[in-house]
Amino acid sequence: MRHGRFLFIAGFLAAPVILYAVLVIGPYLQAFQIALTNWRGVSAQADFVGLDNFVRIFQDGLFWKALRNHGQMLLAVPLITIAMALAFAFLLNVAGRRTKGLRGSGIYRVVFFFPQVLSLAAVGVLFQLVYRPDESGILNGLVTGLGFEPVGFLTDPGLALWAIIGVMVWAGVGFYMVLFSAGMAAIPTEIYEAAELDGAGRFRVFFSITLPLLRNTVQVAWVYLGIAVLDGFALVQVLSVNNGGPDGATSVLGLQVWQHAFGNSTFGYASAMGVVLFFVIMSITAVTMRVTRREPLEY
Amino acid sequence: MHNSPHLTRRHALGLLGATLLTGCAMGGGGSGAPASKAPTGKVSAGNPFGVPDSGKVELAYFKGGTPNYLAETVEPLLQKRFPNIKIQRTMSERLSQTLQPRFVGGSPPDFVDNAGADALNFGALIQDGQVLDLTAFYDAPSIDDPSKKIKDSLLPGAYESTLVDGVPYTVSFVARSFGLWYNAKLGLEAPTTWEAFIKVCEELKKSGITPFGYAGKNAADYQAEAILTSAVKIGGLELVRAIDNLEDGAWQAEAVKQAAEAWAEIGARFSDKSFEGLIHTEVQLRQNQGKVAFYPSGDWLESEQQKTTPKDFEYTMMPTPSITSSDKLPAAAVYALLGSSMFATAKGQNPAVAQEFMRLMVSKAGARAYTQASGWLTTVPGAADGLELSPGTLVSQRALAAAGEAKALITWKWNGWYQPLLTEIRDATNALMYGRATAAEFTERMQKKADEVKADPAVKKYQR
Repeated sequence: MRHGRFLFIAGFLAAPVILYAVLVIGPYLQAFQIALTNWRGVSAQADFVGLDNFVRIFQDGLFWKALRNHGQMLLAVPLITIAMALAFAFLLNVAGRRTKGLRGSGIYRVVFFFPQVLSLAAVGVLFQLVYRPDESGILNGLVTGLGFEPVGFLTDPGLALWAIIGVMVWAGVGFYMVLFSAGMAAIPTEIYEAAELDGAGRFRVFFSITLPLLRNTVQVAWVYLGIAVLDGFALVQVLSVNNGGPDGATSVLGLQVWQHAFGNSTFGYASAMGVVLFFVIMSITAVTMRVTRREPLEY
Repeated sequence: MHNSPHLTRRHALGLLGATLLTGCAMGGGGSGAPASKAPTGKVSAGNPFGVPDSGKVELAYFKGGTPNYLAETVEPLLQKRFPNIKIQRTMSERLSQTLQPRFVGGSPPDFVDNAGADALNFGALIQDGQVLDLTAFYDAPSIDDPSKKIKDSLLPGAYESTLVDGVPYTVSFVARSFGLWYNAKLGLEAPTTWEAFIKVCEELKKSGITPFGYAGKNAADYQAEAILTSAVKIGGLELVRAIDNLEDGAWQAEAVKQAAEAWAEIGARFSDKSFEGLIHTEVQLRQNQGKVAFYPSGDWLESEQQKTTPKDFEYTMMPTPSITSSDKLPAAAVYALLGSSMFATAKGQNPAVAQEFMRLMVSKAGARAYTQASGWLTTVPGAADGLELSPGTLVSQRALAAAGEAKALITWKWNGWYQPLLTEIRDATNALMYGRATAAEFTERMQKKADEVKADPAVKKYQR
């Protein structure tokens, strides 16, 4: 019996597992192999160069710039996104009278979710118009209308990364608001009622009840956002000056992998960079999970 | 059931990994095995490459925004000459993505028109021996005058511009000039010296027009090309050869610094900071609207802007003005894009037909039909004579002729050979022109990158 069941399950799983192995695991493993060669992407031959590519990556100024950019985004994007999403979710779910949200919360919920419906590339194109550096840009139309010089949102090296962080937050808040809303809906109303009976105010309720009970959801959100930030390719590619400029101020590793592979045709080097990115993501995820781990609460 | 799935999963992954590693993208088994060539035909005076009577040829083109003039005009000539050859046309907007796997797999098309933003990396292709050596092609007799070799039938310098380490790899077909474009109806006297240029810019600025602009977001290389053209005018053609050959300190030559300084002043005084965040079509549109006077570009600008050019706008071009009075090249010197990025593949099935196709391209009939259809000039002398050309193309033709006569056609290779230098100069140019870097920092930065490329063992170096 057991054997038959095993075959049955295996039969169902075989197709997706094979697809996954060929299209995902395979390329992953191959990237590790190519990273040790000087493959230029057009021939069937490549020389093994050991860890040479990695040595050169760590001497590459642009690589460190990208890491610094990732660091800044890792601090800013999850923090701002989660804070805003939590605030919105709280307002829409429990901040109103009793355990209902603010009036019209249904509409807000839909509106906040809009950016999630757009693909990232479309968001990028949209924000090209928002950030356009002359008076026909949406923001600069306001700025110049007030009589100021237009702001180079994407051309000022000190501002460009923040402009892109702003887009990431804008695009992400809606989704996490819905995620947190779902989490909040799962918190039994009795707990809120008990707190209210004890005379807890809204802030107290949020920090002492909602937030601790949402812990797992927030943790997941943090990891997701962390990974999204370590990607960032689409937005930077569409929005930034000179693909990651000005002067690497918005460069991200994904973009550099792409440039090295498809621009410079140094696939070995690009793969090595991909491998480094893989380990960076893995370690950040592991650290996040470890740091935020606690006993799950049962209710 | 509780711990065994874990074990088996691991096991299965390990197995999969092992099998996948053996059959991967680059470890192809037949590496180095020569492609089986189609039977060749008899070589004769009229058929120097031995095109067979029948067979198949695959021609791959970049699919741009315009009709494929080359395929439309030259393929019929080939078909007429060899009616039994089956021509297969492959078109792609993203050649690299489409063709790269085929090069890796050893079954590339016979001919590639390697253009577009996603063109195949030519340096890498040469390095891997994927590009056919065209020495025999250029030594073959020209169709129009069989007593002449093809290489002697083209514009002076056209053949030399295809040489990489002394070997020609591309068909020298297209001739484009590069300069500062403006509206002829503005009634400007084209300045030939830098002082005059600055004076014109000052007057334009007073009248409320931004005198100069280029698009920093995606077309900083146009400006970089203007800077380098100025530098080569000061320092002579040796300078650009030194840059192409990655010679020590080539970028830090005094001429490059002088040119960068002069252009940085134009950027600081006569341009608009917001252009750094615009793309080429946006700045070009502003020029059409009369808001920008001078714009650095190649002679494709006129046709690119056809739809937005108003009636009172007529494109004309001037070479970059001379910066010093002791410039080694005359003011008429222009940066020219001679040649093409079209090549025959070394491992294609039918190289003879590919070469015959290129021979027809550089025949008077082929080039003339091409210019007539596209309005673009070729390296075939006299092929465009008597054709009705647009004002911009006429200006370009005259500029190329004048510079050719003065032996002052500037061409370079570094941007195609060493992509990292091209990526770097875009950023460096924006920094220079928008006041974040000095001329000295600009040259230092380019030199550093050039040194890096030179020291990179993975990238093959070329000489010209």
